[in-house]
Amino acid sequence: MNSFRGFLRKEFLHIFRDRRTAVILFGMPLIQLLIFGFAIRNEIQDVKLGVYDKSRDAVTRAIISKFASSGYFILSREVHSEREIEEAFSSGSITEVLVFEPDFARRLQRDGRGEVQVITDGSNPNLSRIVSGYTAAVLHDYQESAVPGGGREAGVVAVPLMLFNPELKSVDLFVPGLMALILMLVSALMTSISITREKESGTMEVLLVSSLRPAQIIIGKVVPYFLLSFINVVTIIAVASLVFGVPCRGSLLLLLLESLLFIVTALSLGIFISSVTASQQVAMMIALAGLLLPTILLSGFIFPVASMPLPLRMISNIIPARWYLIIVRGIMLKGAGFSYIWKETLVLVAMSTVLMAASVKKFKIRLQ
Amino acid sequence: MKAEKQAVQLFALAKRFGKVEALQEMTLSVGEGELFGFIGADGAGKTTLLRILATLLLPGGGRAEVLGLDVVASYRDIRRRIGYMPGRFSLYQDLTVEENLRFFATIFGTTIAENYDLIRDIYIQLEPFKERRAGKLSGGMKQKLALCCALVHRPELLLLDEPTTGVDAVSRAEFWQMLGRLKEQGITTLVSTPYMDEAALCDRIAFMQEGRLLAVETPDAITTLFRKPLFAIRARQTWPLITWLRSTPDAHSVYAFGRAVHYTDNRLSASRDELLLSLQRQGFTDVEVQQIKPGIEDTFMALMEPERGERHG
Repeated sequence: MNSFRGFLRKEFLHIFRDRRTAVILFGMPLIQLLIFGFAIRNEIQDVKLGVYDKSRDAVTRAIISKFASSGYFILSREVHSEREIEEAFSSGSITEVLVFEPDFARRLQRDGRGEVQVITDGSNPNLSRIVSGYTAAVLHDYQESAVPGGGREAGVVAVPLMLFNPELKSVDLFVPGLMALILMLVSALMTSISITREKESGTMEVLLVSSLRPAQIIIGKVVPYFLLSFINVVTIIAVASLVFGVPCRGSLLLLLLESLLFIVTALSLGIFISSVTASQQVAMMIALAGLLLPTILLSGFIFPVASMPLPLRMISNIIPARWYLIIVRGIMLKGAGFSYIWKETLVLVAMSTVLMAASVKKFKIRLQ
Repeated sequence: MKAEKQAVQLFALAKRFGKVEALQEMTLSVGEGELFGFIGADGAGKTTLLRILATLLLPGGGRAEVLGLDVVASYRDIRRRIGYMPGRFSLYQDLTVEENLRFFATIFGTTIAENYDLIRDIYIQLEPFKERRAGKLSGGMKQKLALCCALVHRPELLLLDEPTTGVDAVSRAEFWQMLGRLKEQGITTLVSTPYMDEAALCDRIAFMQEGRLLAVETPDAITTLFRKPLFAIRARQTWPLITWLRSTPDAHSVYAFGRAVHYTDNRLSASRDELLLSLQRQGFTDVEVQQIKPGIEDTFMALMEPERGERHG
């Protein structure tokens, strides 16, 4: 066991001696989180709002002022006819138009239902979706404040309520994806590089001709990155919560345990890559093109899996990050317990087992 | 055969890579405590042979025993008891001298202190640089460190693959002095080298070419395999001398050796005077001809020739 400790010591020396690696390992998660959190936002500010108020009563005025004071909308013009709406959209002077039906306040009081038509520009579906989300949120807000304690009777339109991310805060959505990305990067990429580096530099030859067992070599390679990855997970969760106020609605312990599982999956992927390649270059290419890109593009991190064409949906099934994302989003944003995510957990366990078995089988106790 | 134990035994050992026969039915014994050298050009099969003995490659045919153990079946036991130094510098360049040495000690379950007496002579030269990263050492220092690392667990057998290639002359000489001292400690050493001058420092040497053993002998005895009279010829201009000698019908072998030309004749009756005369007749100036005792390199070249002849004929 003493020889194993010596091996571990050496691995840590490698990591801390190589400044670039150390920076990647510790700096990357923070930098990425900050970039994703601050720079890449889906939130929209200063939506130019047009209003076509056919009612002009106290309630509509109150709603409009609610919009104006929300911080997201700017009251940019009043519209006086249906024709004007189209023209306003074509000229690009507004992003959204609210149309209040005539006698809005009276109908709301009498029927418990007042209709606001929310017109957005469908030619930019993404923007349109986000803007209507904001609108719904503001309307919902108004309703809450007008009839405190949940106005079941005083309804203002059918509100498409955003349950889990009412403000559509992008950082909430990015954090789980970012965790998957960074764990893949640190665990799979770094492990495969560090093992192939031994092969490339010829030191694997010397390691093999020692009393270390193959399992000790592999575990020794993996343990440091396991620890580092875990530190990264904790950092991301902490920064996300402290800086961006991303909540963890579910059990933090469960989240950490599931993250450990995902780290194991990523590490076994890294070991597997290194067992089928002989050079750092190839290992890096495989890890980057074969792991990172799919993790970003096909896991549901950026594009929802449900809207992918069938072939891509099928491919996304074999991407560990896809399952991890469901798990993390479930725990962090929805507060889901284990009973909601056991299937995804099982998938990750199965993936790790298969990869481990394959790598052990492929590990060469000789050079050929 | 002497009664002493054999450290390494090969029985018709063979290995091929695709179409290339790296080793062809090699049979050989190396006794315990011997300093044994494999001499041959690149591609002669030296690295393949040492890797099979280090249990890093599987034999393609035949058998090999190291310390009385089969290299295939008992590879784990063998690995614990040998020290192996690959041809390429294979230490961690980003770790310091001391860290490297300590690492190799610990993975063999020992400490530097435990076997310090064995590596002391070598390590003492490295000690001033012990905080330096291995990648920043000179070629000779790197090899000394690699030898230390291969020795730190006190192996019974040392396999060194071209340890002095790319190392300056002084460091090479020091390196071989160390091998001599290890021999005194009773460690069997198998070393491969492309340098003929190092061959003379071995107890026994094996000439290798294209995966075959051309000869196995002591450095002194091996030159007796050289039968033809050998002449060292000098003239003012060496290159025209070589070209002309090669063009003569009786020339057997002609090659440059330092500033002289080593020449053998097909006729056993060839004499110094006759050669001198014909050279002067050709207009060569400052001609010197001497009959000399063949050295190891001459013998190696001579033994290689028939092989080549066969292949081309």
